[in-house]
Amino acid sequence: MSLLDYFRSSAKPTANIAKERLQIIVAHERKQRHGPDYLPQLKQDILEVIRRYVSISEDQVSVQLEQKEDDLSVLELNVALPEERSA
Amino acid sequence: MAKIIVVTSGKGGVGKTTSSAAIGTGLALKGHSTVIVDFDIGLRNLDLVMGCERRVVYDFVNVINGEANLNQALIKDKRVNNLYILPASQTRDKDALTRDGVGKVLEELKENFDYIICDSPAGIETGALMALYYADEAIVTTNPEVSSVRDSDRILGILHSKSNRAERNMDPIKEHLLLTRYHPERVAKGEMLSVDDVKEILAIPLLGVIPESQSVLNASNSGCPVILDEESDAGMAYSDAIERLLGETIDFRFLTAEKKGIFKRIFGG
Ligand SMILES: Nc1ncnc2c1ncn2[C@@H]1O[C@H](COP(=O)(O)OP(=O)(O)O)[C@@H](O)[C@H]1O
Ligand SMILES: [Mg+2]
Repeated sequence: MSLLDYFRSSAKPTANIAKERLQIIVAHERKQRHGPDYLPQLKQDILEVIRRYVSISEDQVSVQLEQKEDDLSVLELNVALPEERSA
Repeated sequence: MAKIIVVTSGKGGVGKTTSSAAIGTGLALKGHSTVIVDFDIGLRNLDLVMGCERRVVYDFVNVINGEANLNQALIKDKRVNNLYILPASQTRDKDALTRDGVGKVLEELKENFDYIICDSPAGIETGALMALYYADEAIVTTNPEVSSVRDSDRILGILHSKSNRAERNMDPIKEHLLLTRYHPERVAKGEMLSVDDVKEILAIPLLGVIPESQSVLNASNSGCPVILDEESDAGMAYSDAIERLLGETIDFRFLTAEKKGIFKRIFGG
């Protein structure tokens, strides 16, 4: 490193942040890839049904299909409902 | 048996065309008859990198449409024996490449060549899908940078699910990681993802690491694939990759920052 670089490089190295973020997003996207093609549409439909009763945003619903064994997959549905506001 | 190898990436500007030119030329130098096919319809550039832009008469799409035969469209390299280029067309028609058309041309090329190198366009649209569809092997060209690594992973997903081999339940496409535009100095400072980082995330075997190098620019300026510049770091790194592609196990070079003299250390360089 030259003296000039030394004074210039006050910022923290960021490669490790890049690696962590990539590991998370790549793992997430791989999981989605392995799901059947209908999964995104299924999620939209579920979202729509729930919205008839409570207003929630897209990121409050997570739909995941996990292959447990060769002949068994589990569909996991997670809905975070907003806090009930009592009158 | 002829092999079809796609040079692919998802992201643009990572070095696919540079790598296609270098790898195709390297295989021909090793005595294998090789053709490099430009799949970047509308954005023909392989001809420039190979220095044969003024010799293009017919192109890939002309052959598919039956307006020319392969012999009329193939351009023979003037420097290296057994090396040919099939240029892309400059049409704006996105549907110029059909799966059947591409399949027929590749079948015919297979009868005459040992290696068919497919230079993929960027993206995950028709052109890129066509370039990888019939591949036996894939060279996933990646820069040590977040968006390039993520796009490479998406391409791996497509190789697994949307290729001819995947659709027919044949043996999967053999995957190779080619890391390009690598800056060892920046990696040493923790500013850039390292070879090991990228290998760990993509989890496919490493074919080569090509350093960021002025020699690549010199090569494309003069229309001469960088592998012919035998003195250059990038040229040597591509030659090493060819050895590995042909089954040799050799050490990786140019992975660490070159030691600078005291003068450069103080004043930069
Ligand atoms: N190892 C390298 N060192 C320096 N410049 C490079 C290197 N590899 C590619 N480039 C440059 O990057 C740009 C994009 O390369 P190109 O091969 O056209 O990428 P792609 O085909 O993936 O779009 C070009 O200007 C090329 O000269
Ligand atoms: Mg290109």
